[in-house]
Amino acid sequence: MVRHVREHLFRARDDGSARLVGGTCASCGRVHFPAAEVCPYCSNESCGEVELGPRGFLWLYTSVLRAPPGYRGAVPFGFGIVDLEEGLRVVTRLTESDVTKLSPGQPMRLVVDLLHTDDDGEEVSTFAFAPEAPS
Amino acid sequence: MSATVEIAGVGIHPFGRFDDESVVELGASAVRAALADAGISGGGFQAAYCGTVYSGVAAGHKVLTSLGLTGIPILNVEAGCASGAAALDLGVGAIRAGRYDCVLVFGMEKMPRGIIRSSFFEPWREEAGLAVTPAYFALRAQRLMVESGVTREILAAVSVKNHRNGVANPIAMFRKEFSIEQVLGSKMVCDPLTLFMLCSPNEGAAAVVLRRGDGSGTKVAASALRSHLPGSVLGEHTPLSGLVDDSAPPPSTLAARAAYEEAGLGPEDLDFCEVQDTDSARELNSYEELGLCSPGAAGGFFAAGHTQMSGAIPVNPSGGLLSKGEPLGASGLGQVIELHQQLRGESGSRQIAGARVGLAHTVGRGANASVVILER
Repeated sequence: MVRHVREHLFRARDDGSARLVGGTCASCGRVHFPAAEVCPYCSNESCGEVELGPRGFLWLYTSVLRAPPGYRGAVPFGFGIVDLEEGLRVVTRLTESDVTKLSPGQPMRLVVDLLHTDDDGEEVSTFAFAPEAPS
Repeated sequence: MSATVEIAGVGIHPFGRFDDESVVELGASAVRAALADAGISGGGFQAAYCGTVYSGVAAGHKVLTSLGLTGIPILNVEAGCASGAAALDLGVGAIRAGRYDCVLVFGMEKMPRGIIRSSFFEPWREEAGLAVTPAYFALRAQRLMVESGVTREILAAVSVKNHRNGVANPIAMFRKEFSIEQVLGSKMVCDPLTLFMLCSPNEGAAAVVLRRGDGSGTKVAASALRSHLPGSVLGEHTPLSGLVDDSAPPPSTLAARAAYEEAGLGPEDLDFCEVQDTDSARELNSYEELGLCSPGAAGGFFAAGHTQMSGAIPVNPSGGLLSKGEPLGASGLGQVIELHQQLRGESGSRQIAGARVGLAHTVGRGANASVVILER
């Protein structure tokens, strides 16, 4: 079994790709992530669900060299912000931790990444962005 | 017309690490000094506002209990890095409204050591590795490199400037000069930020007595506090995902605009500033957010030397947080005390000649941003 780091955060597809579970507001039309019942932009209380991704473009990035509080996975790991085609910027883990192999604006693809195995022997996964393989 | 607010006295406990003193003792030390400076050692203030983040329940009450100065209203205020300034804002507002003639504002902190675990982050974000405070700072630094002509050498040179200024400040934790090479060569924390480009969380306390103005003190020309607008993603309110909306002004800009309007002054009227240099890039962000230079111009503005002690608008003459360290509840009031002393010509070898107007800026988790303008 694999446990998602948080429920209702992302969905893994059989083809190996992934989608983020975002929210869309019927009142102002704006999207947000993670999905919430109340729109964080206009306070409207009836938001619907929308899947986001898998394509995006890298905006900013760095490499985390030491494990931060509460994190039990491997280091170093990549960390950055990706612009989604849906007009949202997502703070995210990156599968690439070598900053010399990343560049601003490069195409990225949403994937599922394993974080660690918890005390119950369950694998824990999260969403991450990987550099798009050159076609 | 609302009352003029002046600073009647200040007191500060040095910033550093003090294993033999409790946070209450740190606070009491600063409060006693401020009350003595204001000539009211036996009390006489009508309310007290205490800024702190990590000091636990009723911390301000414990300080004033230890000094036998209770009975008046005591409010403990948490606003992240702006906690001290938020406490000041409440005190200023209360005097202006005519509620009190004299109030005590203080802040103190004993920051945890090591990487600080913050309840700001939801547990899943910690588990996913997204609760990495210096990584957010690094992204901001990279943005300045992409958009504002900032280089790694400029990031290092900001740290060199502030450490050089801090050598002359007796309350600073690090009173030592570094070269650009030493800063660039210090341990990499999160690319592009190295260890010497980041401030150290530490301990300290600061206190300010405010009173209805009689013309003899330093005038509080403005005090403004703001939070973030929805829509931006790379601010102190992260980790949030947000719409791509670069037009959303950050909280520091909102606070600065409000403060300039309140004071009837603009950035061109400032003689010097104390700004939030949590890291080197954060100081450069402040140049743009406070209107010291135009958006996208921070790198060139710094490189031209304008913010050096010899420049047109020295920034962080105290040495900033990079040399003082950052005790959250006390840091904003520490800036205000630097302003007060500079305006009174009491800053010794780091005195800015003829200083008449100074600005203090903090920004941090929440997001919270504060701007205080003092005028002599």
